[in-house]
Amino acid sequence: MRLVETGNHVAAWGARLARVEVVSAYPITPQTQVIEEISRFIDEGEMDCEYIPVESEHSAMAAMIASAAMGVRSFSATSAHGLAYMHELLHWAAGIRLPMVMVNVNRALGPGWNIWCDHQDTLAARDTGWIQIHCASHQEILDSIIQAYRISEDPKVNLPVMVCYDAIFLSHNYMQVEVPDQETVDRFLPPFRSLWSLDLEHPLTHGSVIYPDDYEEVRYSMFQGLENAREVIKTAAEEYREKVGGYHGDLVDAYRMEDADHALVAMGSVASEARVAVDMLRERGYAFGLVRVRSYRPFPAEELAAFLAPLRTAMVIDRSISFGMEGPLFSEVKAALYGRGGVSVYDIVTGLGGRDITYELIAENAVAAAEGGLEPRTTWPSVRINEHHLLSKRGVEGLRGKGGAS
Amino acid sequence: MRLKDFPEEELFLQGSAACQGCPGSAAIRVAFKALGRNTILSVIASCTSVFQSPFPVSALDLPTLNMAFATGGATASGLSAAADRLVAKGVLKEKPTILVWAGDGGTYDIGIQALSGAAERNTDFIYVCYNNEAYSNTGTQRSGATPYAAWTTNTTRGKGEWRKDVAQIMVAHGIPYVATASLAYPTDMFRKFARAKEIKGTRYIEIQAPCPPGWKFPSSHTIKVARLAVQSGMWMLYEHENGKTTYTAGTQRIIQGQSKLVPVEEYLRAQGRFGHLFHPERDEKRIGEIQERINHVFETLQFTHKMKEHIMDIELAPPR
Ligand SMILES: Cc1ncc(C[n+]2csc(CCOP(=O)(O)OP(=O)(O)O)c2C)c(N)n1
Ligand code: SF4
Ligand SMILES: [Mg+2]
Repeated sequence: MRLVETGNHVAAWGARLARVEVVSAYPITPQTQVIEEISRFIDEGEMDCEYIPVESEHSAMAAMIASAAMGVRSFSATSAHGLAYMHELLHWAAGIRLPMVMVNVNRALGPGWNIWCDHQDTLAARDTGWIQIHCASHQEILDSIIQAYRISEDPKVNLPVMVCYDAIFLSHNYMQVEVPDQETVDRFLPPFRSLWSLDLEHPLTHGSVIYPDDYEEVRYSMFQGLENAREVIKTAAEEYREKVGGYHGDLVDAYRMEDADHALVAMGSVASEARVAVDMLRERGYAFGLVRVRSYRPFPAEELAAFLAPLRTAMVIDRSISFGMEGPLFSEVKAALYGRGGVSVYDIVTGLGGRDITYELIAENAVAAAEGGLEPRTTWPSVRINEHHLLSKRGVEGLRGKGGAS
Repeated sequence: MRLKDFPEEELFLQGSAACQGCPGSAAIRVAFKALGRNTILSVIASCTSVFQSPFPVSALDLPTLNMAFATGGATASGLSAAADRLVAKGVLKEKPTILVWAGDGGTYDIGIQALSGAAERNTDFIYVCYNNEAYSNTGTQRSGATPYAAWTTNTTRGKGEWRKDVAQIMVAHGIPYVATASLAYPTDMFRKFARAKEIKGTRYIEIQAPCPPGWKFPSSHTIKVARLAVQSGMWMLYEHENGKTTYTAGTQRIIQGQSKLVPVEEYLRAQGRFGHLFHPERDEKRIGEIQERINHVFETLQFTHKMKEHIMDIELAPPR
């Protein structure tokens, strides 16, 4: 079936086709349509599912942990402040080793209420033990949610998966998607499985006090679960292509990298837009390609190194900032390349709070990077400081002097 | 039901890590006996997280999910929704009792939002607050349940505020069953759990839990202090169902005039946490304030009781 739908409604279809049985969620722009559509599916008898209208995101995640612990396939969706609010329980879900899938619509964090896209929310949840898949199109949202259950419930993984996509650009814009049949999806996605559930026949205690003698082993097993996920993500992507159709890369997705001298590295919707910038750059005589990070955790260090190490230039586009450091994706790309090749790595932080990232902005900075005319640190090419941004006149000088803004 | 009629099966196993005289472990034992094996348990961050014993052993012989501090109500909603699915699919023959076990901090303070949400959704579960009137796990800090004038490690001269009453807040949610219980009245407690088990929807049971190290009394006095709490009117026993509150056990006897209120001083003197009310000198003001509040409550209840008996048979609480 072909649909023209918002990314959010497409995500609801993903949950429906995955035969999710418990949904617990709390509304937040720009995620609300996901849960509205799911509750409509349930009300109209199209989805056989319990919907828990919790009173907060902290409770959404608590309820989801509980339902997954009972052995039932569970789903939630949130964004920005909601993700931040449930942060404690993100750790709990992964630490207690439960499979589940949650959508996070990437949105900026306040203050300064801003419902538009950036990646600060998701990247701040980086070290919770969740797998993070970042999508670049509506079709990828649908396919990734279904794949995510396969990955999450694989016995070698048994960890939660976050499927992330950009606010407004993907959540609210309409695009065409191919919705597979239920039977086709069923052939790809077996019924729910988990390494453990609360079992009345075999009563066990989960998540109790754990002493230093055993704690490291638990963390090590989570680490291994995420390491194992590398292979499982690849297999899931391949098998999905065979059994259902549709392929968006595995840990990474590459564009025109075969003969590239330089590369852009990005995540999310801008990574699909950056293809246009790559084509523009090629026309201007710069052999750029694009590597899109699809799995942020586990991080595709090997794959990135294989693509980037032989090149002359890599320019990262970061849609968030690690305050006091640099663009987080930039840090990780450099870490992946440490000791390998002589590629020069650059970084632009741009598109925060939904600001447009133009093809021209990408192209201009990419040329500067390729020509060695960009500083080899995080720069902020789209920042323009106006008088109304400032608390005082002295603030102007402070910002202009130290912000690295051009 | 007499004590000797309690089921023999122990679902709270020997060898827990609780302090001597721990009220939490004593309460859990009675609750488990009343609810039986077909129960899924979630323990919320509290002393119970610890005294169940650390990994890899456990004193809890029920399938148990330990959960974070603020999650009690929401956890129940997840467990219950999933259990409904498993029953619908025939994986489970009957729905297990969903039991959430939390302390007063996890109930009165950080967990009240999740509890209120679950109650408003009428989630099908039993919520237990074992109320030791402080954050015992973290070393006895004040909670919303700590009584006026009680010492805690962050109210060193006695708490300046009066406790709130979450059981009444739960009554105001209009849930099908609310009860309070005391360790000194185990058959009354057992009966309340057994009654709660028969009901669908949100059920709230709060057990007063005198904690020897936190309240500073000898570990052999737990039951004695619990009994004094009821006899002095500091803790009241009742159940609320179908819009009607029924006082039970020791509290009922006082209201009906079969026994007299014990002066609260006797209760206060039994615990070191109120020691500053008596040493170095007697704090007439605060002791008097506490006694006055109790007198006011019981005079009203006794009056209502007499009215009901002798004048007219009216229900004061509106049916919910
Ligand atoms: C979010 C969060 N904040 C603080 C804590 C620390 N903490 C654990 S148990 C506890 C107090 C529990 O008090 P109560 O609920 O009354 O149970 P008790 O220990 O008295 O049995 C606190 C503050 C925590 N686990 N989680
Ligand atoms: S501190 Fe109190 S509630 Fe906690 S285990 Fe000891 S006796 Fe029990
Ligand atoms: Mg307590």
